[in-house]
Amino acid sequence: MSESRWIKVTVVDNIPPREGRAVLVGGREIALFNLGDRFLATDPNCPHQGGPLCDGIVTGSSVVCPLHAWKVDLDNGEVTRPTHGKGHCVGTYATRVEDGVVSVQLPAARAQEAAA
Amino acid sequence: MKRLIVVGNGMAGMNCLEQILAHGPKFDVTVFGDETHVNYNRIMLSSVLAGEKAGDDIVINGRDWYAKHGIDLRVGVRIVDLDAAAKTVTGNDGSVTPYDVLLLATGSNAFMPPIQGLDKDGVFAFRTLDDTRALIERSGVGKKAIVIGGGLLGLEAARGLQVQGCDVTVVHLMSTLMERQLDPDGGQYLLGKMEDLGVNVLLGRTTTAILGNGHVEGVALSDDSLLEADIVVVAAGIRPNVDLAIKGGLAVNRGVLVNDYMETSSDDIFAVGECVEHRGVCYGLVAPLYDQAKVLAATMTGNRGPTYTGTVPAAKLKIMGVDVFSAGDWSEQNAEPVRYEDRALGIYKKLTVRDGKLAGVILVGDTGDSHRYMDWLRTDADLSNQRKHLLFPPPAADAGGEVAAMSDSATICGCIGVTKGTIIQAIHEKGVNTMSQLKECTRASTSCGSCSSLCQDLLRAVAPEFEDEVKKVICGCLPFAEDKLRDILRSQKLKSVQEVLEIYGNGIGCEVCKPALSYMLDMLWCGDHDEDRSARFINDRVHANIQKDGTFSVIPRIRGGVTSPDELRRIAAVADKYQVPMVKITGSQRIDLLGVKKADLPAVWADLGMPSGQAYTKGVRMVKTCVGTEFCRFGTQDSTGAGVEMERRFEQLFTPHKVKMATVGCPRNCAEATVKDIGLIGQENGWQVVVGGAAGKSVRKADLLITVETTGQALEASEIFFQYYRENANYLERTYDFVERLGIEKVRKETVYAPETVRHALLDRLAKSKARATDAWLEGQTPKTAAQFTPIRAMETVEV
Repeated sequence: MSESRWIKVTVVDNIPPREGRAVLVGGREIALFNLGDRFLATDPNCPHQGGPLCDGIVTGSSVVCPLHAWKVDLDNGEVTRPTHGKGHCVGTYATRVEDGVVSVQLPAARAQEAAA
Repeated sequence: MKRLIVVGNGMAGMNCLEQILAHGPKFDVTVFGDETHVNYNRIMLSSVLAGEKAGDDIVINGRDWYAKHGIDLRVGVRIVDLDAAAKTVTGNDGSVTPYDVLLLATGSNAFMPPIQGLDKDGVFAFRTLDDTRALIERSGVGKKAIVIGGGLLGLEAARGLQVQGCDVTVVHLMSTLMERQLDPDGGQYLLGKMEDLGVNVLLGRTTTAILGNGHVEGVALSDDSLLEADIVVVAAGIRPNVDLAIKGGLAVNRGVLVNDYMETSSDDIFAVGECVEHRGVCYGLVAPLYDQAKVLAATMTGNRGPTYTGTVPAAKLKIMGVDVFSAGDWSEQNAEPVRYEDRALGIYKKLTVRDGKLAGVILVGDTGDSHRYMDWLRTDADLSNQRKHLLFPPPAADAGGEVAAMSDSATICGCIGVTKGTIIQAIHEKGVNTMSQLKECTRASTSCGSCSSLCQDLLRAVAPEFEDEVKKVICGCLPFAEDKLRDILRSQKLKSVQEVLEIYGNGIGCEVCKPALSYMLDMLWCGDHDEDRSARFINDRVHANIQKDGTFSVIPRIRGGVTSPDELRRIAAVADKYQVPMVKITGSQRIDLLGVKKADLPAVWADLGMPSGQAYTKGVRMVKTCVGTEFCRFGTQDSTGAGVEMERRFEQLFTPHKVKMATVGCPRNCAEATVKDIGLIGQENGWQVVVGGAAGKSVRKADLLITVETTGQALEASEIFFQYYRENANYLERTYDFVERLGIEKVRKETVYAPETVRHALLDRLAKSKARATDAWLEGQTPKTAAQFTPIRAMETVEV
């Protein structure tokens, strides 16, 4: 199967507003953030030195890595601070909320990889 | 040169004289003042009473100014007679002085209502520096003070007396406070704020008699009740002082009558300030007096032309944490009122609009926009295009936004009458770069000081080498200095980070301001706030210190560095069981387990069976100790016991930055107490308590706070300093920066040498915080949220 697919991850209450959590989808880790009005998901590690993004402080729709304060835009995964970090980015995943449950969309290749 | 005599050495007279001198040397000047002081800023007397300023701080023109301009200053001489035909004035010292031109700036007297017993010892007016000093002298902890009059002056006096330790009751004739400046709703909001401060207010009552045998013992009120009193302050209003004018044969009504050129009915006698009546109005506020002074100076120096046409009355209450502003005609007759109110936050705003223009304004609880409204009032601005935004302007793009939008002719300093254009000119032509240079050069912001932020913004925007003298704001999300912010949070009773950001900030916040706010709220409300974990750094969400690989370090509390074989065995077992990559003795006499996975934290804590050592947070780290008298042959004090007790008293609390302490049993200082945030140094017969030491990024020898005899006293002094640091330091400011910034003298004065009530209040708040504090590691057993420590597993498995 090569299409992307939606995976139900967790009930919305498990992630408090303006916080992130590491979620395990298959064998893969994803950082999932509750922005209050929506959820956003990215790959888990900061492009700088691999810091856990889910442990960062959320500011607007960005997260600040707890290790060296690199700032990552959660909408597109791009690093917005520091200046010399621009151009780096992390992967993002589409999310949706249905009946109080957040789902993450794994792209085809990733879904296979995750299942492997 | 003609001889000019100025009767009155107050704000209006001397400002007028400054303006006269600005026209060039025209007169031989003699100034008579019945007070014994040089010219000072009378409107700041309430700040002197409240202990915020010293008498010297409010001097406007010192003796050197009089000397520089060749002014003959005669202080302590009251002019009691005026012979207009002979052109002489007579002083109460018997001196008779001739003049060619006379300027009356006699101001006003405190109005003394007809109350029996006003002559008793302990009854004061609140009008002069001497009154203020006498009040400070007589007030004190537990003294009962009655303030007669709930107007601007009465309330400021009440707050000042309260700060001096008195139990204060305000007795006010009318049914609402400050009824000349506030409508009944505004008065009600103000009442709530005064009561929150702890000032009692009795409305709709008069004082009928002051009781006591020689000195004040109480007052009788119109409702037949009696109140005990040690001090009575009469602040029932002012009356223009027109005695001399009457003797000089001038036309006098309530005040000395003047026309638009500020001329009286006599050719050689002029008058300015609170003693005059212009178009039927007597002013008792500072801005109009300065407007008058400028016009009169032109008239008197042969430059007759400018006219005075009246001033929009504006008043601001100067009580920290009680923001009240009122200007113009706020009555709703023939006007359209626009209101905003929030009872929970204590904010009330009312504008009155007449013919599309602002007629009046009342602001209680938030006076941030007062300048904008004053500008509309002064310029008679047409508001028809912005009717929907009167109370909610679109937010300014940056801090300088408001000042950038002002025209060059707009007034920035309403007291002195300095326009934006004048300031810009001073910056360009006089090379002004700092606030103090600006004050020196233009006198802007030297009176009530409420325009200082506007002046700062303007300097920042225009001056090429602007040097910021103010405290820095926290960050762009929340443009307030921290001390200001603490006042806001306290007075507005804000208890959550998000709430603060939404009301005073950009609604979003960042990794800089959120942890700072988290700390501030915890401190201000002694732990009784709405804690928001999302606003805290990861270390404070999981109570461990994040390492470079995303694992955590775990340091249990080992009070005073004293452990036991049993504890050591448990630590060793944990290190084995969880395959801890490194076990390390820290520099703080503790043991660090490095490389623990987040998911293992709760189990590690449970197996350790020891409380959190708070090594991950801005909080109380440890008390390092030497062995002291327990074992050491040189020990003079039980430093180990004192250190363990000290750690118990402070542990679990949060602080602006980490706090490291030490106790040593003798001056050999084996546990390095002289380079700790707080150190106790044992000596024969007592302890030295030292603060503000450091041996980290900075190295600083701690300053001596106090020397005491007993361990109990040493611990109490430490507690007082500790709480003072918690309440007054900026977030992330270590004690060594804090003590250096304030100076140890100020720290001493406000901590261990502060009045007993102040010390007890600090200790009470510390005890309150301590009572609510808990061991953070207990969350290992009852996590705050479902996935606090462990990753979430997806509900659905992935199948291909």
